[in-house]
Formats: sequence, C-alpha cells, structure tokens
Amino acid sequence: MNAKLADKIATTVIYVIAGMVALVLFSMLGFILVQGLPHLSWHFLTSPALSFEAGGGIGIQLFNSFYLLVLAMVISFPIALGAAIYLNEYAKKSVWTNIIRTAIEILSSLPSVVVGLFGFLLFVVQFKFGFSILSGAIALSIFNLPLLTRSIETSLAQIPYLQREAGAALGLSRWETVLHVVLPAAVPSIVTGVVLSAGRVFGEAAALIFTAGQSAPALNFMDWNPFNISSPLSPMRPAETLAVHIWKINSEGIMPDLNLVSAGASAVLIIVVLIFNFSARKLGMKLFKKLTSS
Amino acid sequence: MDSITEKIKRQSESTRKDRFGRTLSWTALTFIVLVVALIFAFVLSRGLNTFIANKVSVTDFLFGTTWNPSVVNPKTHQPFVGALPMIMGSFLVTFLSAIVATPFAIGTALFMTEIAKKRGAKIMQPIVELLVGIPSVVYGFIGLTVIVPFMRGVVGGSGFGILSGTIVLFVMILPTVTSMTVDTLKSVPRHYRESALAIGATRWQMIYKVILRAATPGILTAVVFGMARAFGEALAVQMVIGNAALMPTGLTTPASTLTSVLTMGIGNTVMGSLQNNVLWTLAMILLLMSLVFNLIIRMIGSKGELK
Repeated sequence: MNAKLADKIATTVIYVIAGMVALVLFSMLGFILVQGLPHLSWHFLTSPALSFEAGGGIGIQLFNSFYLLVLAMVISFPIALGAAIYLNEYAKKSVWTNIIRTAIEILSSLPSVVVGLFGFLLFVVQFKFGFSILSGAIALSIFNLPLLTRSIETSLAQIPYLQREAGAALGLSRWETVLHVVLPAAVPSIVTGVVLSAGRVFGEAAALIFTAGQSAPALNFMDWNPFNISSPLSPMRPAETLAVHIWKINSEGIMPDLNLVSAGASAVLIIVVLIFNFSARKLGMKLFKKLTSS
Repeated sequence: MDSITEKIKRQSESTRKDRFGRTLSWTALTFIVLVVALIFAFVLSRGLNTFIANKVSVTDFLFGTTWNPSVVNPKTHQPFVGALPMIMGSFLVTFLSAIVATPFAIGTALFMTEIAKKRGAKIMQPIVELLVGIPSVVYGFIGLTVIVPFMRGVVGGSGFGILSGTIVLFVMILPTVTSMTVDTLKSVPRHYRESALAIGATRWQMIYKVILRAATPGILTAVVFGMARAFGEALAVQMVIGNAALMPTGLTTPASTLTSVLTMGIGNTVMGSLQNNVLWTLAMILLLMSLVFNLIIRMIGSKGELK
C-alpha cells in the first residue's frame, strides 16, 4: 500500500477512535450531571435518607464521607510523610530498601476490597471496634498510605540536591535540612498530592462496606461530644458514606426513588472530585508563588 | 583539657536531632511494611484454613465448577466449593475489558500526543484526569441504569452478565490506561521523531515503526496496570454482573467474579465456618493475583531497561 494513503487512513482511524472515546467520556459525565444536578437541593443535601419512601436525602452520608476523609488524612499523612522522608533522604540503595519499596508497591496494587476485609478481620472482629468510623478511617488510611507515600516521595525528590548541600554547608544536620529547607520547598507539590489523594479516598467504597458499615443512624447535630454515640463526632458509631450509600441502595433496590437519589449522590461525588482536582492544582500553584520568590 | 575532650566527644545537638528524625521517619516506614506483612499473614492464614482445617483439596477448589458451600456433595461428603466459575468470571471480565480498552487507549493517547497536541492538552487531558478519579460506584451506577437496560433490550435476558461487566470495566480502566500511555509516549525522546521524519517517514510510519516500538514496555505496563485494577474492582462489577455463581455459558448470562462473591457473602457467614473460610480463600486468590500483576509489571520494566 502507498505510504501516504496508509498515513491518511491511520490518521483518520486515530481521529475516529479519539472522537469515540471523547464521546463516551463526555456523555458519561453529561449523563451523571444532567440526571443528578436537577435533584440537588438544600433539602436533599441535608436531610437524612429514607429507606422505604421517596424524598430522602443524603445529609448524614455526606457528613460521614467528609468526617472519614478528615480522619483518614489525619492518620495517614504523618505516616506517609515520615516514610517518604526516610525513603528519599535517609535510605541507601540496598536490598532492604528495594524490599520496602516493593512492599509499598504491592500495598498500592492490592484490591481495595482486600484492604476492607483485612480491616474487618482485625479492627471490627479482633479489636471489637465493630462497624465504626474508627475501623473505617483506619482501613481508608491503609488504602491511602502507599499512594500518598509515593506522591510525597516524588515531591521531595524534585527538590534539587543543591538545596541539601546548602543546608549541610550551613552546618545543619540532615534532619534539620529536611525540616527547614527541603520540606518548605516541597510544600506546594505535597499539597497537590494530598488533595488529589483526598479525592480518591472520598469516593472509596469497597474498603468501607465491611469496616464503617452500611448503616447511617440518626445523628444529633447539636451534640458535639465525641463520647456520645449519637454525636456526629463519635468515632464508634457506624457510618455509611456517600459512595457506600449509592452501592447499597442500588443493590438492595427497595428505595422507590433510588435512581434519583443515586444520580444526585453520584453528581455530588463527581462535583467534589472535580473541586478537589481543580483546587489541588490552584492551591499548589498559589502556595508555590507565595513560598518562592518566583 | 578534659573539658575540651568532653566537648568534642559529646554528641552535638544537631546529631541528636538527626537521630531523632531518622528514628521517627524510620518508624513510619516500618509501620507501612508491618501493615503489608500483617495483611498477608491474616489473609493467608484465613484463606489456607479451607485446605488445612476443612480439608478441601486444592484441585477441587480451583477446578470444581459448582459453588454452593452450604450444601454437602453426597458423593464426596465435601461441600460444593468449586471456585472455577468465579475465577473464570474474574479473568474473563479482566481480559475482555483490557483487550477492548487497549486500542482505544493507544488511539486516544496518540491523538493527544502526536496528532492534535493542543486540543489533546486542552480538552482530553483534563477529562481523562478527572475520570481517573471518579469513584467506581459511579461507574457501577451508570452500568446499572444505562448498560444493563440496553443489553436487556438488545440481546434479551436480564441484561446482567459478563458483557455488561466488561463494558463497565472498559469505561473504568480506559482513563487510567490512556493517561499512563500518554506519559509513556511523551517520554519517547524528541530526536526519535525528528530522525524518523528526516529520513522521509510519513507520520504514521513514524508512529508505527518508531514511537510505538519504543513505547511498547510502557504501554504494556499501562495495560497490565489496568488489568490489575479491573481484576480487583469489586462494587462496580458486582452491580452489573448478576451475581450467579454459575459457570459462564455465554457473555450475556448472569455470572460472578471473585470480588462480587466476596462482597455479597462475607457479611452473611459465620466467622470460622467453612462457608466463611472459602470466602477468605477467594480473597487470598485476589491477593496472590495482585502479586502476579506486580511481578509482570516488574518484568516488563526490567526488560524495557535492557534495551
């Protein structure tokens, strides 16, 4: 075949493929937003869910999702930060380091349902935490740790070695250099990584159905004492999140308006992920401008 | 004199701080490794119970075609715990979705990096990135409300099945595979392109003979990564596959995967019973498969480096 003809055919094929993919992706986003957005209202976002009648909201689920996200981040960030600092600043190239890196890689590729089952076995059953925010937050942290560690490590690795040498030349120890020189320089890209991983944690469901549970008992939003079981802050109450809610009502199929509720909840999930994605970049760039002289 | 020796020998403030920081960060790292070890220990010890405590033979489990753990087979006096239907289901949806997704991902990535760079960066890149982050339950919900009724209308039956699962997984892993392929294509050095064009290659010849060849290991990694994601995906698949633990006879009859049986069953069985143990064995298979995918990615990586 003529090379020029082949080139034309191939280009057309690539155009068609890209067009089809764009169409599929666009129509998917469009479908969720068109179906879900009209259903969003203050009532929908704040009122509790109803199982057997139409008109329920997603208020408690939405709160649970954010609460679990915050807890999971509070648990996983310091650990991931420490691990990333050790891997990037202290670890020497050795068999041992290689094994550790492999372990983290394996953890990041584990199906989230396996992480959830592990959490169920250890925290819900063994430690008798029951289906609770605490079990769920720990499971989410385990799910989040490898990805966050990797992203922070990449951020640290991007800081030029010159900066560390400068720190050493000033007589700072390695730890002081990390704390006062490397970390501040890496803050913008670390923040971007954290916010992006928050989006992923927010929509995770498989790790939660057997740890945080599939029920959302009524909460008393006037009671902020974490030791009361009906308080929104109580870590020992079962907490169905938004993503789990979508899965549960669809697999049960009892709720009369489940399509509307799922579409609305899906739209909320997508919008939150969208906000996270968008603000991650904006926040990173803003911090970068503020912290550097550029 | 003494005070000087003492001063020199004494640990400096900086060293002390450094020791402290080093230990602190080392502890964090060790904690993660410990978690990985714990996950393996727990899942393996539970999963192996089927074979050790309940004395189910490994071949019966892996190649048996009937799954009904609460019923005892009168011939062998062992419960029906053939996991082949789920193993088949998992592999079928994984391979089918990867086979469908690969050409689309490569085509889209080529479009974004070689053909229409501006539009690619402006329109496709943000969409693909956003879709990578979309929760899998949303894909499951779309599958349930769009794909399942569509399949019901086109091929009849319930609409649930391996084909519906494949389509959902295809849409789900497509952004992931595409964005990883884009990264690979971007990392092909510019002078490869320039030299190919300089000796008179058309754009397609350059893409086909040079760029795709150079990017093969990376593209393979992307595909295997997508497969690993598809294999471990639980809820999106569970919502559309129909959850019938039967040997798949066609692509449009209800079937099940390892993950779908796990999510349905683990809450309904008593800890320590055979019915529960076999579910942990399924989880163990998932764990081992994710190891295998990891190994394949590593092998591709080291082969790519040698070149």
